[in-house]
Amino acid sequence: MSTLSDPPVESFRPSQLINDTRYRSYTFQVIALICLVGLFGYLLSNLFQNLADAGLNISYEFLAEPAGYDINQRLIEYQSQSTHLRASIVGVLNTLLVAVVGCVLATIIGVVVGVLRLSKNWLISKVMSIYVEIFRNVPVLIWILIVMAVFVAVLPQPRDFRGENAEASMFLDLFAFTGRGFNLPMPYFTAEWASGGTGWLVVIALIVAAIFGTRMIGTRATAQQEATGVRPKTWQFTLGIWVVPMLIAFVVMGLAWEIPELKGFNFKGGIFARNSFIALTLALSIYTAAFIAENVRAGILAISKGQTEAAASLGLRPRRIMNLVILPQALRVIIPPLISQYLNLTKNSSLAIAVGYMDLTGTLGGITLNQTGRAIECVLLLMLFYLTISLAISGIMNVYNNSVKLKER
Amino acid sequence: MKKTVILGALTVAGLTATAAAAATLDDVKARGKLNCGVTTGLVGFAAPDANGEWDGFDVGVCRAVAAAVLGDASAVEFVPTTGKTRFTALASGEIDMLARNTTWTFSRDVDLKFEFVGINYYDGQGFMVPKELGVSSAKELDGATVCIQTGTTTELNLADFFRANNISYEPVPIETNAEAQPLYLEGACDVYTTDASGLAATRAAFEDPSAHVVLPEIISKEPLGPLVRHGDHEWGDIVRWTLNALIAAEELGVTAANIGEMSGGTDNPEINRLLGSEGNLGEMLGLDADWAMKAISAGGNYAELFEANIGESTAIGLSRGLNAQWTDGGLLYSPPFR
Repeated sequence: MSTLSDPPVESFRPSQLINDTRYRSYTFQVIALICLVGLFGYLLSNLFQNLADAGLNISYEFLAEPAGYDINQRLIEYQSQSTHLRASIVGVLNTLLVAVVGCVLATIIGVVVGVLRLSKNWLISKVMSIYVEIFRNVPVLIWILIVMAVFVAVLPQPRDFRGENAEASMFLDLFAFTGRGFNLPMPYFTAEWASGGTGWLVVIALIVAAIFGTRMIGTRATAQQEATGVRPKTWQFTLGIWVVPMLIAFVVMGLAWEIPELKGFNFKGGIFARNSFIALTLALSIYTAAFIAENVRAGILAISKGQTEAAASLGLRPRRIMNLVILPQALRVIIPPLISQYLNLTKNSSLAIAVGYMDLTGTLGGITLNQTGRAIECVLLLMLFYLTISLAISGIMNVYNNSVKLKER
Repeated sequence: MKKTVILGALTVAGLTATAAAAATLDDVKARGKLNCGVTTGLVGFAAPDANGEWDGFDVGVCRAVAAAVLGDASAVEFVPTTGKTRFTALASGEIDMLARNTTWTFSRDVDLKFEFVGINYYDGQGFMVPKELGVSSAKELDGATVCIQTGTTTELNLADFFRANNISYEPVPIETNAEAQPLYLEGACDVYTTDASGLAATRAAFEDPSAHVVLPEIISKEPLGPLVRHGDHEWGDIVRWTLNALIAAEELGVTAANIGEMSGGTDNPEINRLLGSEGNLGEMLGLDADWAMKAISAGGNYAELFEANIGESTAIGLSRGLNAQWTDGGLLYSPPFR
């Protein structure tokens, strides 16, 4: 009985594809795949057939042609004779600007509101609840329109600054807040060698150096603390590293301020933040912040009360408990939903045309699409862009999430 | 195996997708309604009145075509379109014709595959500014903020004009006329630019129209007319000759008032051919013999439509100007009905 015979060689019969559980799942998966491929094939061929019937073709040659229209907000050189491609890039940069500024603002507001909503102060927590409920339950497009309408209606227009008895005047004679946007003083360097971009490169280099210096001081302080048990005072060194080199650089490079002035129809000079940009960014951030606040609140509530009590029994003050114990743990819960809020904000920025902000949807998906009539090509490009940017955001945030999530060892 | 499946699917799809190119006339008759694309609201050209009935100069063209084809001037479904959506709506077949003060340009005609059937309003782009600015010429607008409807030829003309005169400006793109008005009135832009007729219509809707002036410069040619899809020439002919019938009726003195007695037959053979008491022009179009009579009775001839909607007696107060008959020194000139 000790001999082992070879197991019977199984012969494969087609009926096994349905009856044998080993194969059945594969059968259904293959069938589903075939149906899926067939469906997409049908849709695509239908598209091409209909395009051919209408005498249209898919071509991206229009991107190299002159756009012919002007864009008010441009972060790079652009004029009406530039190509459609360049107009699209201007739009991409405008979209990214709103997305980045909006995400940062929304995070700050969201975290503050989320924490305050848990405050023991009845008034504060109720006010924050009202904020959250009002802002997240009204569509964002309406918020954008409301903010813009209030902006335009409430703030004075440049014409109100004119004349002897002007109705409006500049704030501190430095800032002009008009319904068309904010004109702020702009720093620039008078020294010849620094007047181009070099002056700003120096400033950036100093900031980077200061960050490194601060870190080094921190590490040294920690080392000393571990050796002696007393953390040395470091704030005066940190302050020095940040302030002294910067002041010297400003004096050497001859820092000056360009003050906005009312010339002709508009304020000229200084930094100009357009009303559409401010309205759009503000509306998107306060709307998204309401969702982020809820994420933050959920994250904090997810940390068991025992953690707070344990920290309190060690003698930590409430603020330090929040900063050192609760928030670091809450981040693990907060970050995954935060990613999708960032994605939402970025995608919602495509509502920009409602206030006349020229983002990518306004340039490539708006005027270019209209003037060239290349709807399918433009929409495909738009989809590609938003897909890329969304995947990039979630990629970056996932890397961050991996760095803070619970390390199981 | 997968490859053959794809190929098979493609073949099947290819077979089913060779859908018949539309015979729009049959579609309209079967539907019993004409789908006509108009603006989202521009008083005088196309806007719903107090009772929700669409009314206006462009609307009149839609109603005339509906009357010619279906015999009922009210058998029109008005589809509001923006500057951005209008061409997609027409190309996709959502609407049968577009009468939305659309400028006839080379690229729209040739590249976008549309067929402009004629011109119902000769226009040009102008500028409107508040009187208090004290501007008397568009060339003084250096540095001005200009509100502009996006998706129109106006933004291209604007860029060209300011570039040619080497002056700077700041464009504020707006989606519709209705959104542009409050921005202009609040002072968020110094100037509003669009076709001169549109400026007149917009200004007429202001609380105090006299506080605003339309500058004398007309910076472009804007021949506005109805258009249809490329490829269905029978349908294009119907819309073209309906428009021509309205223009010819004015030239021949046929009005909504006297059309009843004239259709019985007159001494003028051209009127008889137009109104169907002589010849078989209607049959050639695939319509009834009295198609033109119905079209003209719908809202009157060209002059009557003009006077009732945008003429000098209305709030918009446009004079005929270029839009007078060729016999009066204008540009309106219908080919003969023969």
